[in-house]
Amino acid sequence: MLRKLFPHPYLTLLLVVTWMLLVNHLKLGSLVFALILGIIIPIITAPYWPDRPALRNPIAIIGYVLIVLYDIVKSNFIVAGIVLFKPSSQLQSAWVTVPLDLRSPEAITVLAGTITMTPGTLTADMSGDGRALLVHCLHAPDPEEVRDEIKTRYEARLMRIFE
Amino acid sequence: MEQIAEITISVLLVAAGIFGLVGSFGLIKLPDTMTRLHAPTKASTLGVGGVLLASMLYFWIMRGQLSWHEFLITMFILLTAPITANFIAKAHMHRFGDKNTMPDTGTPRDWATFEDESKEMEPVMTRVEPKPKVTASDHQF
Repeated sequence: MLRKLFPHPYLTLLLVVTWMLLVNHLKLGSLVFALILGIIIPIITAPYWPDRPALRNPIAIIGYVLIVLYDIVKSNFIVAGIVLFKPSSQLQSAWVTVPLDLRSPEAITVLAGTITMTPGTLTADMSGDGRALLVHCLHAPDPEEVRDEIKTRYEARLMRIFE
Repeated sequence: MEQIAEITISVLLVAAGIFGLVGSFGLIKLPDTMTRLHAPTKASTLGVGGVLLASMLYFWIMRGQLSWHEFLITMFILLTAPITANFIAKAHMHRFGDKNTMPDTGTPRDWATFEDESKEMEPVMTRVEPKPKVTASDHQF
């Protein structure tokens, strides 16, 4: 019964929070409407999304978000430094293959997005079987190091959250 | 108090402007499409983020009303910037990508962009069991 009413509890929560932020002030009427939307939309869209991602460790998400935010700020400075002060001829851009231990599509999507937002790396493609990511580095004298950092810093944490 | 807030907001606006400018300058300066992609996806994130933070502070301290719209905009940008970058990268690989310059996948299958579309492949990346194939005889209306 509960499963029928809330096919995606996280989606319901996300819709309610998003609607409340859009309305921009706390009123009971808005909350009721947010709840109506939050219940109806997941039920209508449930057939297109048969599985819901399993979150094993929701608390770890907060830590992950903080690390990524810090890295985004850091990456802004690094990329700005490269753009301003490094001559194009000295730029050593490289392609790196990152083998994946993650299996859930949601987790891989988050990892790919994180790679794009963080220092000097950009996800370009994925292998046909979803077992490896193709990452482009803006300036990487040592591609091995980039790969190891992605695996230890982000993927290990996502493993704890999703799998 | 107002003085400090004004200074903070101004600093944020100027810093954001500088990052936005550097991001745009990177578009001109960097040598090829793939490296050019790095500048707008990153340097401009902080540019937009700084302006939004300044706007939030301004309405909160000067006008006394906390606005959450800026927070939403930041979230949406953080979600969509990687997707745009990925689309541009893939479009670039489709048009000019050379399979031989890319590293090996390390798995039995090739990079998704270079895979042969005409070949029938089993679905991956899904927890749902693949549905039995629909044949012509199944369509009985």
